[in-house]
Amino acid sequence: MRDVFIVGVGQTKVGEHWGLGLRELGAEAILAALGDAGEHRTDALFVGNMLSGQLSGQENLATMLADATGLLPIEAVKIEAACGSGGAAVRAAMLAVAAGAAETAIALGVEKMTDVMPDVVTAALATASDHEYEAGFGLSFVGMAALIMQRFLHETGRSHDAFAPFIVNAHRNAMTNEHAMFHLSITPEQFSRSPLVASPMGLLDVAPVCDGAAAILVCSRDAIKPHHKPVRIAGSAIATDTISLGARKRMTWLQAAETSAAKAFQVAKLTPSDIDVAEPHDAFTIMTALTLEASGFAKPGTVLDMANAGAFAPDGDLPICTFGGLKARGHPVGASGTYQIVEACRQLRGDAGKNQIAGAKRAFAQSIGGHGAVAVSHILEA
Amino acid sequence: MQTPGYYRVEGPYLRLQGQLCCRCNAKQFPPNPTCRGCGSTQFDSCNLSGNGIVASFSEIGSPPAGHSYPFIAALVTLAEGMTIAAQLTDIEPEHVKIGMKVEMTTRRISETGPEGCLIYGYKFRPRHDCL
Repeated sequence: MRDVFIVGVGQTKVGEHWGLGLRELGAEAILAALGDAGEHRTDALFVGNMLSGQLSGQENLATMLADATGLLPIEAVKIEAACGSGGAAVRAAMLAVAAGAAETAIALGVEKMTDVMPDVVTAALATASDHEYEAGFGLSFVGMAALIMQRFLHETGRSHDAFAPFIVNAHRNAMTNEHAMFHLSITPEQFSRSPLVASPMGLLDVAPVCDGAAAILVCSRDAIKPHHKPVRIAGSAIATDTISLGARKRMTWLQAAETSAAKAFQVAKLTPSDIDVAEPHDAFTIMTALTLEASGFAKPGTVLDMANAGAFAPDGDLPICTFGGLKARGHPVGASGTYQIVEACRQLRGDAGKNQIAGAKRAFAQSIGGHGAVAVSHILEA
Repeated sequence: MQTPGYYRVEGPYLRLQGQLCCRCNAKQFPPNPTCRGCGSTQFDSCNLSGNGIVASFSEIGSPPAGHSYPFIAALVTLAEGMTIAAQLTDIEPEHVKIGMKVEMTTRRISETGPEGCLIYGYKFRPRHDCL
């Protein structure tokens, strides 16, 4: 397969965009990515999105967005892998160029979540799990994460407070990200006192419901132009696990995250110790911890101690969530995987402003759907 | 869930009807087109005992549309070895413990509004001999 490079990135601010729909959000990110690369056309558009049909009554989303951006008659399809949709769209665009089917392609992640009442969003998000045997029994997406966390606390004897560093770090990093939903620092004490939403998880364990879109333009080596600052996609992999939590061999181990990360590292001929910055799927504090262990950034059982020792802060061994992550930048679910790639590119291009991690050459991003049922891992290299 | 969909899951929902693999003899629930143990596609039907222990639980404060709150979600490991998601009932959240013995009971699971039907299925309650 051919090498594939990211040469354009674009993103909207994440938040509650009462005045903007899927069309406006998606178009803004697509046009920003094209503009960043100095391009007007592309060969294909892959749209990562989870909820457009359920919450906006809009399918055939990719065609609508190709139309909205003046890109007709290009190939355009929607890619759905629950909250991993944005990462899956990146992989689809990468594969199209790697296979030689396209010279350039756009991967867009877009989600519009704030047009409906909270209980409707909650029911829609639960469709990421087994509808007949989990969601249908009232288990919300937050509830599923809570079941994993409760089991984790039971097995390890750790306290909920031990997860505070993840939230403190995410919110601190978002303070200087103009695209982030929250510009609000959080203390460990505030984390401990946040109201319970699904025991043992409080409100501050959970990434917010919001709107947003992010896009990248990828191209072949031949299509790179002198003004581009190319970032190579060194590794890319998707892996799956049982859709039901109960069917897992261990409910506190994310096997798909381990498999997809290992495969991406194998393709890239790199190891976790080669990574300078990481964007994990921090939709819930427990997921941050479990993905870092499964992906090989912490030995099993050590991730909370590492977090409390500052390993994942901007000046730590492995800075994570460098623009706020899903928790503080925001988690427009099908878009989050693409936001991660945009942010990783900004780090590797040296365009991260106040959020710059000095000397970052290699980045890891992992987008997860359905509490570890599907995991998309990417490794980027400057 | 609409009426035809409910009809398809009536056995599992109301009787914990699972599968007995004709090749490796493993019991499986919920039903799946292939055996998770050996890959076989040949099954006999079997009803599970309904006895289990709580593997994890959470008091859900903000439930999805169609469900009333608060309620206790749980993962229950059945006597036959598999773990399933279900609600707990007949117990207050502060009394739930991981490892406690529970048994199946049939209750209303959700309301789907005027276009759907009432959905009945399994919940789990503390075993009466363990209270």
